[in-house]
Amino acid sequence: MTFQKVKEKLIESIIYCSGTFTTLLVIFIIVFLFKEGSGLFNKKPVEEGYALAVNRFNRVSKLTPAQIKGIIEGDITNWSQVGGNYDSIYTFNLSDVESKFTQEELGDEFEHLNEKIAEYIESNTGVFAFFPEKYLDSSLTQIEVDKITLSSMLKGKEWYPTANPAAQLGVLPIILGSLWVTFGAILLALPLGLIVAIYLAEICGDNLKNIIKSVIELLAGIPSVVYGFFGLVIIVPLVQQTFNLPVGETALSGSILLALISLPTIISLSEDAISSTPQDLKNASLALGANKLQTIFRVSLPYASSGIISASILGVGRAFGETMAVLMVTGNAAIIPSGFFEPVRTITATIAAELGEAASGSIHYEALFILGAILFVFTFCINLIAEFFSHK
Amino acid sequence: MTKPISLLAAILTTVISTFAQPVKIKGSDTMLPLMQLEIEAFLKKNPGELNVTGGGSGVGITSLLDGSVDMAMASRELKLSEKLKFDEKGIKLNVLSIANDALSIIVNPQNPIKQLTREQLEDIFSGKITNWKDVGGDDMKIVVYTRESSSGTYEFMKDHVMNKKEFVKTAISSSATAAIVYAVSQTKGAIGYVGIAYVEPVVKAVSVSYDGGQKYIAPTFNNAFNKVYPITRPLFLLYPVEKEKNVKPFVDFVLSVYGQKLVTHKGYIPLK
Repeated sequence: MTFQKVKEKLIESIIYCSGTFTTLLVIFIIVFLFKEGSGLFNKKPVEEGYALAVNRFNRVSKLTPAQIKGIIEGDITNWSQVGGNYDSIYTFNLSDVESKFTQEELGDEFEHLNEKIAEYIESNTGVFAFFPEKYLDSSLTQIEVDKITLSSMLKGKEWYPTANPAAQLGVLPIILGSLWVTFGAILLALPLGLIVAIYLAEICGDNLKNIIKSVIELLAGIPSVVYGFFGLVIIVPLVQQTFNLPVGETALSGSILLALISLPTIISLSEDAISSTPQDLKNASLALGANKLQTIFRVSLPYASSGIISASILGVGRAFGETMAVLMVTGNAAIIPSGFFEPVRTITATIAAELGEAASGSIHYEALFILGAILFVFTFCINLIAEFFSHK
Repeated sequence: MTKPISLLAAILTTVISTFAQPVKIKGSDTMLPLMQLEIEAFLKKNPGELNVTGGGSGVGITSLLDGSVDMAMASRELKLSEKLKFDEKGIKLNVLSIANDALSIIVNPQNPIKQLTREQLEDIFSGKITNWKDVGGDDMKIVVYTRESSSGTYEFMKDHVMNKKEFVKTAISSSATAAIVYAVSQTKGAIGYVGIAYVEPVVKAVSVSYDGGQKYIAPTFNNAFNKVYPITRPLFLLYPVEKEKNVKPFVDFVLSVYGQKLVTHKGYIPLK
């Protein structure tokens, strides 16, 4: 008797502990995600250890990362374009030092380097210098760069996280890329998935149903890398030839592949929902003279609608979070999508491709964690909506 | 009392040292096939265990910084920010050049273009030129393929060919070199860049001019060996000074006459 009680207590506490542990783990992961990313918002988007300086007579005291990139790449050639005097811009950095000064001027151990750099900056009005901080005298006029903010990231249209000296962290094209590919996938997968679900639940016989269901479950078990490889070798060339495109790695290829991947989720969940329509309701409909098709569309589907909606939303979530397959077929160009025939870069692909190289704690690393947090917020909302509909 | 403990410690150290940790190497995809071959040959004659993985020069250097690998392969020099990070952690590095590589610009074999100047390459990869007819080819859209930013080849291309400009936004980026060769062989208007060892007959390597079009030089073994080909770069192995003991035999092997013969065999350019 007491043994029985102890056993019960023990099992109870094991269940309790596992529940608590999982909950805490989930909370820990979320906190970690946001904590790693949040450091970004107090930093300047300039490569660590670098500073930017100009001549003291230059009226410009602040530049955006986009303007800095423009100057370095020669798209902006005059200070008047960024609000300064009419004076052409010269860039000056460490690799120019050797051509500007002789070794004698610099000293054997570069002891005059700082002086010479300062001298050069002060004697040329149009100079734009970027140097490691330790080579720049504090007396020089330094250029301010705005700190990174969430809104500047969300509005930014250019993703060059490793650009030197100023990283550009616009995530808008990446977020839109993810949404766009997912949208395409759902456009393809939803009608197809629904039709298959109706067929399985209402029309085909039990034997066939068992075969088809197990095949669909098999589809869900294929690793996404394999899907990605299939996409790269089959779907990409097919899309390129069918639509006569210069390149097959497009949003469309990604959408087709994601549709394939989210189909099992949509089919099996919708099929469950449709099958749960009580036989009495269907019989009543048939007794009133409705035919089979009318019964399906007027009785079964409305009855199962909340289940079908939550199935499709979970399918969206599956597609949105998919990484490997889209990384391999969408081309990964960070541009704002304007059609299905262009390459796109998704949130997941960006994280997967870039996290390996980003040194922990760097701007790039933290920016990728912010992307992860954005991804989390999106999938969390998708799950909430699915939850809302399934309880309706 | 202290005696048995020290004896135990001595036994433990011998046990641990006989089960020596494998030497882990990581980094440049460009160097991966070469290192695999070198390791295979090295292990035939020497005991030990070496693991090598790719991922890009940036990945290798980051891992070296974390201490998760013993040696990094890099197809570019260390960036200043990386040097500062190693300094901060107090890690002294040995940097050794073990071979050279000729960066080859590849196009689809059906593309009639045979040669390009550095300025044209800069404009193509940064997006100023978008049609092949502007560089003397057919009326066809240029599809730019690039590596991910973790790649040393990406950085080298940016610094030495593109005058530090960024790649065009619409460039299709791939996380592996072999994928670029495959894509360029499939896409008519494609252009990409890979190490010379990856150039296969399914793609065409173009000649490059660095003197404004007076002399075009093809990325062949001889041109690269004689340093005539303008886009040649050294390939590096980096390791912390304190790991010297573990990696020295292997590094010496790579630099030996036989090791350098393997470099040639794999299509890279030996040091001498």
